Amino acid sequence: MQALLHQIFSGIATGGIYASVALALVMIYQATHHVNFAQGEMATFSTYIALTLIEAGLPYWIAFVITVAISFVIGVVIERVLMRPMTEAPVLSSVGVFIGLLLIFNSVTGWIFTYTVKAFPSPFPETSRFLGGWASPHEAGATAVTLIVLALVYVFFRFTKLGLAMRAAAFNPVSSRLVGIHVGWMLALGWGLAAAIGAIAGMMVAPIVFLDPGMMSGILLYAFAGALLGGIDNALGAVIGGFAVGVIENLAGAYLVGAELKLTLALIIILAVLILKPAGLFGRAIVSRV
Amino acid sequence: MMRYPVFTAAVTAAVMALGLAAGEARAGDMPGVTATEIKIGGTMPYSGPASAYGADGRAELAYFKMINDQGGINGRKVTLMSVDDGYSPPKTVEQTRMLVEQEGVAFMFNGLGTPTQTSVQKYLNMKKVPQLFVASGADKWGDYKHFPWTIGYQPSYRVEAQIYAKYVLKTKPDAKVAIIYQNDDFGKDYLNGVKDIFGDKYAKMVTKDISYEVTDPTTDQQVVTLQASGADTLMIFATPKFAAQIVRKVYDINWHPTEFLTNVSISVGAVLKPAGVEKAVGIITGGYLMDSTDPAWADNQGMKDWLAFMDKYMPGADKTDGNYTYGYAVAMTLAHVLKECGNDLSRENIMKQATNIHALEIPVLIPGITVNTSPTNFHPLRQLQLARWNGKTWERFGDIIEGNGS
Repeated sequence: MQALLHQIFSGIATGGIYASVALALVMIYQATHHVNFAQGEMATFSTYIALTLIEAGLPYWIAFVITVAISFVIGVVIERVLMRPMTEAPVLSSVGVFIGLLLIFNSVTGWIFTYTVKAFPSPFPETSRFLGGWASPHEAGATAVTLIVLALVYVFFRFTKLGLAMRAAAFNPVSSRLVGIHVGWMLALGWGLAAAIGAIAGMMVAPIVFLDPGMMSGILLYAFAGALLGGIDNALGAVIGGFAVGVIENLAGAYLVGAELKLTLALIIILAVLILKPAGLFGRAIVSRV
Repeated sequence: MMRYPVFTAAVTAAVMALGLAAGEARAGDMPGVTATEIKIGGTMPYSGPASAYGADGRAELAYFKMINDQGGINGRKVTLMSVDDGYSPPKTVEQTRMLVEQEGVAFMFNGLGTPTQTSVQKYLNMKKVPQLFVASGADKWGDYKHFPWTIGYQPSYRVEAQIYAKYVLKTKPDAKVAIIYQNDDFGKDYLNGVKDIFGDKYAKMVTKDISYEVTDPTTDQQVVTLQASGADTLMIFATPKFAAQIVRKVYDINWHPTEFLTNVSISVGAVLKPAGVEKAVGIITGGYLMDSTDPAWADNQGMKDWLAFMDKYMPGADKTDGNYTYGYAVAMTLAHVLKECGNDLSRENIMKQATNIHALEIPVLIPGITVNTSPTNFHPLRQLQLARWNGKTWERFGDIIEGNGS
C-alpha cells in the first residue's frame, strides 16, 4: 500500500513536468493550429538563458521574468522571420521548418553552453524529504506554477478580447481578417506566448531532470501524449492528460509491464482513447460546414 | 584506388623527395613507417556532444611531442594524426578510411567511443590494421577470437561490475542487492559482470534488477520500485544525468542502501554537485588512475612527472581533468609497445607486442595496478581500487581488486 501510494505521488510529480510542457503545446496549437516540434528545444534554450542570468548574479524571480520576456521576443521573431513566408505553403513545409528549428536550437545550445549536465536552481525551499520524500518541495511548487499558468491561459482565451481574436485568427483567418483582426500579428503573438510558457516549463523542469541540451527531447514525447489524451485544443484537458500520463506510466512500470514497456503501454492507452474519442477526453469535436 | 608497388626504403625516400606519392609511403611491408618516422591515426570527439573527451587526444598529441623532442622511439619520430569525428559513427568511418587509405597510417590508436569504434571495427579487422587500445569501456574490445586486430584498454564495464560484486560477496555475503542499469549494451555489460560473480546466487541475492531508457525523463519510478524490493545494497549503472537523478532520489525518499556507482558517472561537476554532494556521501566506486587532486600523490614521482609534463606541454590545461591523465597513460603504454617492436614495425609485430605486455607499470596508474595482455587476454587493465565519496573527495580504501575478464 505504502509503495502504491508512493508510485502514485511520484507519478503525479513527473506528470506535472509533462503537464507544463503540454500547456505550451496547447498554446501554440490554439494560436496557429500547428504543433511546434521545436517547442522543447526552444524551452531548453530559454532555460540556459535563465541560468546565465542567475549565474550573473540576478535574483531568481527577476531572472525568471527577464527570461520569459526574452523568450516571448524570440518566439515573435521566429514567427515573423521564418514562419511568415510559410503562410501560403503546404503544412509539410511548416513541419520541415519545425524540425529544422529543433536541430538548430539543439546544436546552438550545445555549442554555446556545452553539453555538460548542469544543476538548475529552484525558487522553492530545499527541505528534502518533504511529504515523506514522496514529492520534493520543488515538485509541489512546480505543479502550483503549472496550475497558475493554466488559469492564466484559460482566462486569457476565455475572457479577453485579445484571446478571442487569437482563437478566431487560428480558426478562420479569412473571416477574422474581414472583421478587422490583424491575423499575422495574432500568429506572432501566439508564438511569443507559447515560447514564454515553454520557458516557464523549462525553468520548472530543469531542477528535477537537470539541464543539458537534450533535456526536453524525451519529455516532449510524453507531453505530446498528455496533450493528445486530454485534447490538444483544451488547456485544462492537456494538463489533466499530462498528470494522467505520469501516473499511468508509473503504475504500469511498477505493476503491469515493467520499466521497459511502460512508455509503450501509455501510448497504447492514448491510442485507444483517440480511436474512441478522436478529440481527446476533454476536447471538442470540430464540425466544419462545407 | 591505385595500388603502388612495394618500394624499398631508399626508393621511397627518393620518391618522397620528389614530392610524389607521399601519402602511400611504404617500407617493406610496414605501411606508415619510414626510416625516420612512424605515422599513426586516431579519431576523437573534438567537437559535438562528447567533446569533453577531446582532452584525451590532446594529451596524446602533447605526449608524443615530448617523445619526439627526446629523439623519438628507436630513432623514429612518432606522428599521431588525431582527427575529429564529432562522436558520429558515419564520420568515424570516413575519417578512419581517410587515415588508412590516403594517409597510409601504420595503425589506429585509442579511437574514442563505443558506437564510433564499432562502426570501423569490421573494416579495420578486414584490412588487418591494428585497432589499438580503444578508448571505451565496452567489454567487446576483448573479443580476440572474432576480432584479432582490436584490443581495448581500460577496465571494461563488465570487469568493473565483477569487482563490485566480488567486494559485496566478501564484505556482506547476505546482501540484498538492487540494480538499476541503462537498457543498452553499456548497462548490460554491467549486469553481465554481476552475473559472472554471483552465478547461481544471483536469483537469491538480487531482489530486483530494473532498467531505464535514455528517453525516460526521470528514473523516479524505478528507484521507488527498487526501494520497495527491500534491498540494502544498490548498484547504479547509469550515465551521468541519470546517475545524478538516482543519487538524489535515493536520498530524498529516505532510503539508505550501500550504493555502488559506475566509474563513468563519478564526475564531481557533472554528477555529484547537481545531485547534491552531501546526498552522495558513502557511495562507492572504483578507479585505476591517480587523481591529481588526491593529496596522497603529492610526493609521488609519477604524479610529479605528469605535472611537469602538463606544465611544459599543455600549459593552461585543467589539471583536475582526468582525461589528461588517461591520455598520458595510454600514450605511454603505446610508447612501450613501439619500443618493444624494435625495427620490425609491421602490423603483425605491432599487434604481437601489444598483446604480450607483462606487468607494465605506468606511473600515473594507482600503484599495484599494471598493464597485462596476452594472445588470449585483450583486456589490458583489469584491476581497480575502490573509493568512497566523503562529501569532498573520493577516498580510496582497501586492496587492489582484480576482475575475471570475460
